[in-house]
Amino acid sequence: MTTATLHDVRLSGAASDRNYFNDEYGALSWFLTKDHKRIAILYLISVSVLFVIGGFFAMMMRIELLTPEGDLLTSDTYNKFFTMHGVVMIFFFLIPVIPAVLGNFLLPLQIGAKDLAFPKINLLSWYLYMLAAGIGLIVIVTGGVDTGWTFYTPFSTQYSNTHVFGTTFAGFIAGFSSILTGLNFIVTIHRMRAPGLTWYRLPLFVWALYATSIVMLLATPVLAITLVMLMIERTVGVGFFDPALGGDPVLYQHMFWFYSHPAVYIMILPAMGVASDVVAAFTRKKIFGYRFVAFSSLAIAFLGFLVWAHHLFVAGISVYSAMIFAFLTFFVAVPSAIKVFNWTATLYKASVSWQTPMLYIMGFIGLFTIGGVTGLFLASLGLDIHVTDTYFVVAHFHYVMVGGTVMAYLAGIHYWWPKITGRMYPEWWARLAALLVFVGFNLTFFPQFILGYVGMPRRYHAYAPEFQVLNVLSTAGASVLAVGYMLPIFYLIWSIWNGRPAGKNPWGAVGLEWTTSSPPPKENFHETPVVTWEAYDYPGMMKAMGETQHV
Amino acid sequence: MSDMALGNEHHHHHPFLQHHFEDLGQQHEASTLGMWMFLCTEILFFGGVLCAYWVYRVMYPEAWAVGAHLQQTGWGATNTIVLIVSSLTMALAVRAAQLGKRGQQLGFLFATLIFGTAFLVVKGIEYHRHWEEGLFPGSHFHWHEHPELAQKVQLFMCFYWGMTGLHALHMIIGAGLLLWIMWRAYKNHFGPEYYAPVEVMGLYWHFVDIVWIFLFPFLYLIHEVHHG
Ligand SMILES: [Cu+2]
Repeated sequence: MTTATLHDVRLSGAASDRNYFNDEYGALSWFLTKDHKRIAILYLISVSVLFVIGGFFAMMMRIELLTPEGDLLTSDTYNKFFTMHGVVMIFFFLIPVIPAVLGNFLLPLQIGAKDLAFPKINLLSWYLYMLAAGIGLIVIVTGGVDTGWTFYTPFSTQYSNTHVFGTTFAGFIAGFSSILTGLNFIVTIHRMRAPGLTWYRLPLFVWALYATSIVMLLATPVLAITLVMLMIERTVGVGFFDPALGGDPVLYQHMFWFYSHPAVYIMILPAMGVASDVVAAFTRKKIFGYRFVAFSSLAIAFLGFLVWAHHLFVAGISVYSAMIFAFLTFFVAVPSAIKVFNWTATLYKASVSWQTPMLYIMGFIGLFTIGGVTGLFLASLGLDIHVTDTYFVVAHFHYVMVGGTVMAYLAGIHYWWPKITGRMYPEWWARLAALLVFVGFNLTFFPQFILGYVGMPRRYHAYAPEFQVLNVLSTAGASVLAVGYMLPIFYLIWSIWNGRPAGKNPWGAVGLEWTTSSPPPKENFHETPVVTWEAYDYPGMMKAMGETQHV
Repeated sequence: MSDMALGNEHHHHHPFLQHHFEDLGQQHEASTLGMWMFLCTEILFFGGVLCAYWVYRVMYPEAWAVGAHLQQTGWGATNTIVLIVSSLTMALAVRAAQLGKRGQQLGFLFATLIFGTAFLVVKGIEYHRHWEEGLFPGSHFHWHEHPELAQKVQLFMCFYWGMTGLHALHMIIGAGLLLWIMWRAYKNHFGPEYYAPVEVMGLYWHFVDIVWIFLFPFLYLIHEVHHG
């Protein structure tokens, strides 16, 4: 058996020098790997490339919006750019980024397993992602798509003459990549935990991934079948959703948002998990109300399935169902607020270390709170009708997805970078980037709240002259933000060769991933760990350290 | 457990125990839970289109009744029985695998494959008839008995082809998996301690069967129109 020979080879070498990077060499050892850590690296590279592509479209839009006239991009091109920005960022960056990069790398390490339950399926899900991304890129270079990332019918099925089929097909494939990741995580968390690692001893990142995986597993197939129906309607010409042929376009919106509202929780739940781990590590305290934080993830996943029609308040649903969906949407705020309060309570009277991951998480908590509270504004029927399809909505979901998910992702990638690469990132540069991201983000998106509130509609390349000042501010912010996002790409790559060696546990953090070497060996742990401590047992660890100092 | 111990253990590991599992029990539980999770996804996948089907049934009850009348209940009922019997033989194949009875197992798997194929043949006959009658949606659609209902009946047929087509695709994939399992059974891979692939195959097969149990009444049997 190959595993036996690998073990034999490793036994002959110095065990401590061996890690997942130098265990095998050659392109095929990466492209055919079943190691969750290598697959995480494959994902890291691919989602970063797609982030840059999605960011390019965003930057072009912001430059167009410097002036009230539509002078840089024609309205058709602008339509394509905001569509492709949305499609790339949502399906190919935000959905996979934390689960498939950080989750893939860390889940087995955090639960003391050698790998995910289904390593081959894990690799398959990366290939599906790449296939989908490849189709997406072909669509982009052969003319793009202009429907908006929501593909609303009947425009997408009857009128748009852009690449709707290719884009929705790519979304369909990407969906299966996401489903397989979720399936793999659920089985892994249930069946692969190390001896002694009970559910209440799990890091909250694992709880968050568990809740995320449930949403991936149960919401994504509905998107898949909806996109299949859309593709059939577009090619065969029958009217699932076309009113001229007896179909109902509102049904499309129901089915689409049955996935796409929970999809927001696929993006934000893992971000909350990162926040919990980082807050504990940099305050050296147990997370206040651990069980509340854990179960609030499940509550958010559950409630997320009951609120989709708040995207249809102006689509012609009855006022009674609108009221019920508005009411249910308010409920999502409860578990979200539980998390924010518990992080805040953990921070209270703590001696906080202000390293980069913690800076990002402080940004995350603040920006997510603004994004969440403006979500409540939008759930309120009257106000929603006032700001529907304005920049207020754009600002709201960017606060959640960019201020929330991307900030937490950056926190996580810095926090676990020493584990992933065995090297420290340069702290000064990283703090500078964190500052630029925070300032740039707020300068970009805060003016958009005002713009939307005073009536600037989204999705136009031209606008009334009185909106110009705020738009210029927003574009200036986007430039700062772009620099803030580019910096880590350079200094993180630089640090792989030039960073200070990190050692096992540079943060003095609690958690199984910090008990193995950095980078970890191929099989993660030389011995299967046995867990006898609670999650985030920083008090216990400090006490133990105190005792060893006395000796 | 040291590395040395791990290395030695490999000598008496079961040949089908993957290296990242502690033992066959853990591997078995992971496989079956994985399939159950996959079936949850499948429920939502079929559930989405069934939900759309139901919305239009409420909107267009007459057209839906006419659409169900266009199906030949005899063929549908035959296929329902064929699939239920195939589920029985599949369950018996799992049992035979657990008991390590290779001959019985191969026999039951083969029977399952035959019934599955029979289902697809019957479905093919029905598809052929519908095609001849102009009941394939799109430009090919020619059905003029009730011109005022034609568009909605076409929508019904669209659901019919879509849902039964998706189901038939699952049957074809299932038949492919059956061939693979049969090959492994022929190689004598399964026995009392290792039979997870057969069990997982069984779960999938029963699920595809159950999907049909829903499709049959929805597409063939609901003739009644309730005016409320
Ligand atoms: Cu929503």
